[in-house]
Amino acid sequence: MSTAEHAEVNRRDFLYIATGAVAGVGAALTAWPFISQMNPDASVLAMATVELDIAPIAVGQAITIKWRGNPVFIRHRTQPEIDAAKAVKMEDLKDPEARNDNLTGASPATDENRVVDGKEQFLIMVGVCTHLGCVPIGNEGDFAVVEGNVKTGAWFCPCHGSHYDTAGRIRKGPAPQNLLVPKYAYLTGTKIRIG
Amino acid sequence: MGGPSNYQPKSAFAKWFHERLPVMDLVKGQVLDFPTPKNLNYWWTFGGILSVMLTVQILTGIVLSMHYTASVNSAFASVEHIMRNVNYGWLLRYLHSNGGSMFFVAAYIHIFRGMYYGSYKAPREVLWMIGVLIYLVMMATAFMGYVLPWGQMSFWGAKVITNLFSAIPFFGQAITTWLWGGFTVDDPTLNRFFSLHYLLPFVLAALVGLHIWALHVPGNNNPTGVSVKGSQDTVPFHPYYTMKDAFAIAVFLVVFMAFVSFAPNYLGHPLNYVEANPLVTPPHIVPEWYYLPFYAILRAIPDKLGGVVAMFGSILVLFALPWLDTSRVRSGTYRPIFKQFFWIFVIVCIGLGYLGSKPPEGAYVIWSRILTAYYFIHFLVILPLIGLLESPKPLPPSISDDVLAKAKSVAPAE
Repeated sequence: MSTAEHAEVNRRDFLYIATGAVAGVGAALTAWPFISQMNPDASVLAMATVELDIAPIAVGQAITIKWRGNPVFIRHRTQPEIDAAKAVKMEDLKDPEARNDNLTGASPATDENRVVDGKEQFLIMVGVCTHLGCVPIGNEGDFAVVEGNVKTGAWFCPCHGSHYDTAGRIRKGPAPQNLLVPKYAYLTGTKIRIG
Repeated sequence: MGGPSNYQPKSAFAKWFHERLPVMDLVKGQVLDFPTPKNLNYWWTFGGILSVMLTVQILTGIVLSMHYTASVNSAFASVEHIMRNVNYGWLLRYLHSNGGSMFFVAAYIHIFRGMYYGSYKAPREVLWMIGVLIYLVMMATAFMGYVLPWGQMSFWGAKVITNLFSAIPFFGQAITTWLWGGFTVDDPTLNRFFSLHYLLPFVLAALVGLHIWALHVPGNNNPTGVSVKGSQDTVPFHPYYTMKDAFAIAVFLVVFMAFVSFAPNYLGHPLNYVEANPLVTPPHIVPEWYYLPFYAILRAIPDKLGGVVAMFGSILVLFALPWLDTSRVRSGTYRPIFKQFFWIFVIVCIGLGYLGSKPPEGAYVIWSRILTAYYFIHFLVILPLIGLLESPKPLPPSISDDVLAKAKSVAPAE
């Protein structure tokens, strides 16, 4: 159907293009359920919150809970760990963003922006390395607080060698971002809901 | 493919069938009588070996899937059930797991053979590119298969590899969530990997069909790299190469069965006999041996996106190989400089494999960076340059002349 055959646009051209357009849109619409079925289903999304009491976590202790299939670290930080996190200069940070889902807009990655005001001893974050998803090991790495020969606070990812500091911020290694602080809220003084 | 063959149906039934479906014509023209260079050496038998390995994997895989359950609660136990309870289950599983490794051994030899003898050069560029595509699909298939036993290495391998996609700017996280069907590798991920692991071998079989089709247009390359000039250069595929391939396949199966029988777990990782735990990453995770060179390249780059780009780039560069090698001489036998760089490249690939198995610290990281740089320099700088600078040795006038000259030089005095 070249233009050489007829000079003007005729009814056949219109039918030809309209048929092609309907077939194209139809193919795209048909493909969508096949693509969409791979996204998280309703049962996966239903498990999206978890509640727990953090009162039993002693100073210097950390627990790991499972949220949406991923580990979440809840660490009751010691005063030296908090002080170390606060002493870090902003220009030393690899990722200057707070990566805190409770904050809106751009926020600097200060220690204050990584915790809840007045509850700064509790650091809560998703324990998934932002490089390729391994679980970092606690009380390890180059940015831990060292007392004698004991390291406390800080995390180290064994897979590809990322070091996180006592506020869970990336300081060294291939990971691009600070450990994510998930959305959470204090329901009472010691009970939190994550998600 | 060649024109109509000279197939003449003999019986009345064969004639009747031939008029309705001329498949015997195809078999005679493309398999039995197919003119094949008469000087192919044993490096050319790995195509046949690979076809056998694909068949072994499909057959053992189909029967294993009759006993396996793809659920995070029962996958690990069902593999142990296969090992302990199913009749010959241990044998079938060891054939399948070692078969995967042997498949890659044969594929790597096949690829390096193509590189040495310039089998990717005109008019075989499309043949080569389909081969690279087969290699990519093989890697995807093997990766998803390794996840199915749901051991610690399965889980963390799956997590790290799927997370590679999170390095994509803007859409990365959405793509990984879509691949997982959740917020981490979990039940939906395992199920879809099982489905795709079952599908992809048949895609591979179809690609192999195209690979052979593309091969049969120009015919085989050969150790001299000189094109076939006439019937004096070839022999019919059957019985000459059916027999040669059969012998090589038998030898290869001896090696394969030696692993299955005496060291069935040598190529695997003991940690995969520990059930997957999403809360604890093993201190040192490594992929299967056949991915180690690429894993080393991934870790050599101290940037997430950069590492992922380098890793995929190291495979995608193979697609461009026919145009990166500027030499008009195919076979490395007649290219004195290329030959040396070829073997350096082989050693670099093995070196990267070794580094990929080591922790990412100290000297290992530095060596990974040097060898990664060399890997790309080989393709992007060395190959284009030596094609222009080197003076190749004189080529034999034809395959037949080369064969006769060699026969004369080794013939005993009468």
